[in-house]
Amino acid sequence: MKVLVPVKRVIDYNVKVRVKSDESGVDLANVKMSMNPFDEIAVEEAIRMKEAGTVTEIVAVSIGPEKAQDQIRQALAMGADRGLLIKTDENVEPLSVAKLLKAVVDEEKPELVILGKQAIDDDSNQTGQMLAALLGWPQGTFASKVEKDGDKLNVTREIDGGLQTIAINMPAIVTTDLRLNEPRYASLPNIMKAKKKPLDVKEIGDYDVDVTPRLETVKVTEPPKRKAGAKVESVAELVDKLKNEAGVI
Amino acid sequence: MAVLVIADVHGNSIDDSTHKTVTAAQAIGGDVDILIAGDGADDAAAAAAKISGVRKVLHADDPSYAHRLAEPLADLIVKVAADYDAILKTAATTGKNVMPRVAALLDVMQISEIVSVEGPDTFVRPIYAGNAMQTIKSNDAKKVITVRATSFAAAEEGGNATIEKIDAAGDPGISSFVGEELTKSDRPELTGAKIVISGGRALASYENFEKYIFPIADKLGAAVGASRAAVDAGYVPNDYQVGQTGKVVAPELYIAVGISGAIQHLAGMKDSKVIVAINKDEEAPIFQVADYGLVADLFKALPELEEALG
Repeated sequence: MKVLVPVKRVIDYNVKVRVKSDESGVDLANVKMSMNPFDEIAVEEAIRMKEAGTVTEIVAVSIGPEKAQDQIRQALAMGADRGLLIKTDENVEPLSVAKLLKAVVDEEKPELVILGKQAIDDDSNQTGQMLAALLGWPQGTFASKVEKDGDKLNVTREIDGGLQTIAINMPAIVTTDLRLNEPRYASLPNIMKAKKKPLDVKEIGDYDVDVTPRLETVKVTEPPKRKAGAKVESVAELVDKLKNEAGVI
Repeated sequence: MAVLVIADVHGNSIDDSTHKTVTAAQAIGGDVDILIAGDGADDAAAAAAKISGVRKVLHADDPSYAHRLAEPLADLIVKVAADYDAILKTAATTGKNVMPRVAALLDVMQISEIVSVEGPDTFVRPIYAGNAMQTIKSNDAKKVITVRATSFAAAEEGGNATIEKIDAAGDPGISSFVGEELTKSDRPELTGAKIVISGGRALASYENFEKYIFPIADKLGAAVGASRAAVDAGYVPNDYQVGQTGKVVAPELYIAVGISGAIQHLAGMKDSKVIVAINKDEEAPIFQVADYGLVADLFKALPELEEALG
């Protein structure tokens, strides 16, 4: 079975983002960029399924700038077989990403698409569910365990209050949660080998998809700041303040 | 103009967050209806009808809605969507799972996790784990929105809406429920609790949560949370996690014990009214957001606190 894994280029999760003074967005100039952490988990899961013999080919796809090739190369170095970049310098909304991915699915005909549950830049948490809707496929979102069972997938999902396990027909969409696996680091020999793996580059105009944004950013601002309060010297003082000053206990 | 709120139905009751999402719907304007989709959920529908300001409760009862599976539930919402200008659901796990599917079926770009309503088509939502706030205007004719419930006050009780039974939309039959492992607890639910006490990696084991955190939680009637580090270390289950990738809470009182205060944790609790930090490292970033900080060894401070609470 073939698996498609979309990967997104985002600000590295260790970088403290800065809001631009003109409130048009956050500053992306000279900031370290990486693969979205949830997408790394998706790549890792696909590789583990390949190692277990249930997957034959892994295709990593990204929609983004020329430089998003770095993130596809990382997926290839981890163990994906080939890559596809749909090039654009515009901000593409999740609905449009889902439509582009549907076009890729129609061409590639994978039986499974594994996506990160959300990207850590816009925190939308939409693309996988939207792709499932457009394809008419079932969705196993926020997965902490995925097992193939005949022609179905058993997906254990992280839900409020605990875990839920569902069985979904194939072809299917899975989105990853944090505890699904721990992604591997690419070794140096594999990074070298990844440079020789095929990576197709297409333009967004090669697809018959309307990517006109539906949302307009009015402004982006700093969140309200919280001021540090006072240090207390003892538990007794803490309890006294909570009772008599804050009135919360 | 009319707005539909999809209630979070658990068995035969509705989650408290429904009241808060109704408040967000009222801020958008127009008539507010509620959809109850469940299996034997008459009491849930009756509870929804009592929320003040609600015009009508639509109630679809069918076994396919028992476990909140995305595929049948999305089809039902799409079926009733024609009558509404906006469709809202709490941004808890069911809303996050189902609503983008609804949005794509309606060819609408969803607006995720709003924290404020600026106008009928303009909303504020956190991005970059709450390190920036984005104000966005939607150009879609119909809005599909998930709501961060902790940012809205709960709508009052006292309504008397009519309940209208509607047909189920059918089950596409591509997904099925296998099982559930829910954390059993007599303590309040984390996102709705008035007081939350959370432990971090410094707790070092589940036994220490049991010995030091739980007794204080029980004395205060508090919910128990944890940092991602404590969850990843396996001390407590994943649904205890407070933070960017876990739950977002905003209680009256948040007590962070042995939590350093990583950005990802702060994103989940910095809207709490009063924050207390207990940590032996006086340089810990958690103290920068704490109203009351106590630099102390938690294994000494917590038994004292338990005793002081009587």
